[in-house]
Amino acid sequence: MTESRGGTEGGAMRRIDALEAIYPALRDTLVVTIMGGVAAELYSLGHRPNFFYNEHAMGLASSIGLGLALCLPDEKIVVLDGDGSCLMNLGGLTTTSRYLPPNLAHIIFDNESLMSVGGFPTATSTGADLAGIARAAGYPSAVTVRTVDDFRDEATRAIDGTQLACIVAKVEARNPTSFYMDVHILENRFEFARAARARAGRPVEPAPPQQVGTAGETQTTRG
Amino acid sequence: MPVSVVNSALIYDALKAADVRLISALPETWLVHLIRMADDDPEVNLVRLAREEEAIGISAGAHFAGCKSALLMQNHGFLASVNGIVSLALLYKIPLLMLVSYRGDLGERDPWQTMGGLKTRPVLEALGIPYYLLDDPAAAAMRIKEAQTLAESALVPVALLMTRALMWED
Repeated sequence: MTESRGGTEGGAMRRIDALEAIYPALRDTLVVTIMGGVAAELYSLGHRPNFFYNEHAMGLASSIGLGLALCLPDEKIVVLDGDGSCLMNLGGLTTTSRYLPPNLAHIIFDNESLMSVGGFPTATSTGADLAGIARAAGYPSAVTVRTVDDFRDEATRAIDGTQLACIVAKVEARNPTSFYMDVHILENRFEFARAARARAGRPVEPAPPQQVGTAGETQTTRG
Repeated sequence: MPVSVVNSALIYDALKAADVRLISALPETWLVHLIRMADDDPEVNLVRLAREEEAIGISAGAHFAGCKSALLMQNHGFLASVNGIVSLALLYKIPLLMLVSYRGDLGERDPWQTMGGLKTRPVLEALGIPYYLLDDPAAAAMRIKEAQTLAESALVPVALLMTRALMWED
């Protein structure tokens, strides 16, 4: 790692400590995570029906967050992204910036590597600056933090705030102690949609029986 | 520009009648009127994309929120979205109403569109995505509603291929 110019040297924070620091703020917030260690560590702190773990489709956690934010303007949406995933959808930063959803907090854990596939370094290890990219894409606020205290302050401000914000947290490149997650991806998907829709008072899945018939004479059917 | 305004409006009205309130799009020639209609409509969130695969995530988020969405893209944009379709929409059973301009098919004059045209249906079939041609203006509105209904009941992506016959006026 002689080429590294990033910030993980000299006592970067552990991601689990950062997550633990903001867990009280996430408990009742709609959260979308990327796959791998971020999902497993958030799960280990206590699974909630308002947590969605995007266990594949790298890059799209932030796009899921944008769709949620636009359709649930009264709810805060928190995206827990990673450097590898974010780098796969840099265009998405420009899309999100076009609409500036005030209810979206975009947190990127940057361990400068693709940990879950063996720790190969990403471009942030040679200096690619995700907060700088987010600012240049149009995010009104994007900062890089390196300590748990700074992370707690900035993330809390973003979660409580009324402006699109991005926080890049430089974290140690280490896997979680366990990847154990006792929630099936479909179970997670349906419970999350239920939690999200309940907040907007929208119908849950599956759709209710279809109403058929003429005006004033409706009838419920199950095909 | 000989893109059909009448048939674009017909498609747009059908999307509105189907309660679509979020439309993601990446411009291409056949979609220009549809995108302008969405842009002019205060009832619809138009999301202009950098790359079509983003739309899979955006529509997944909209679905979780209980909001009906539609995706406007060229068939090359569909081809650029395949991992998102596989690893998000198919894996997580996310309904998608995909309106795909079917470039490179019968009557196509641009050579660069033809390879995508030739590969569109084989890729849809490989993915197991139900698809239907949108070529008859008289049937288009019903097809759009039916595609949405199937997508939501089966929790799958459904593609409507908008043909030259529908979109182009020579």
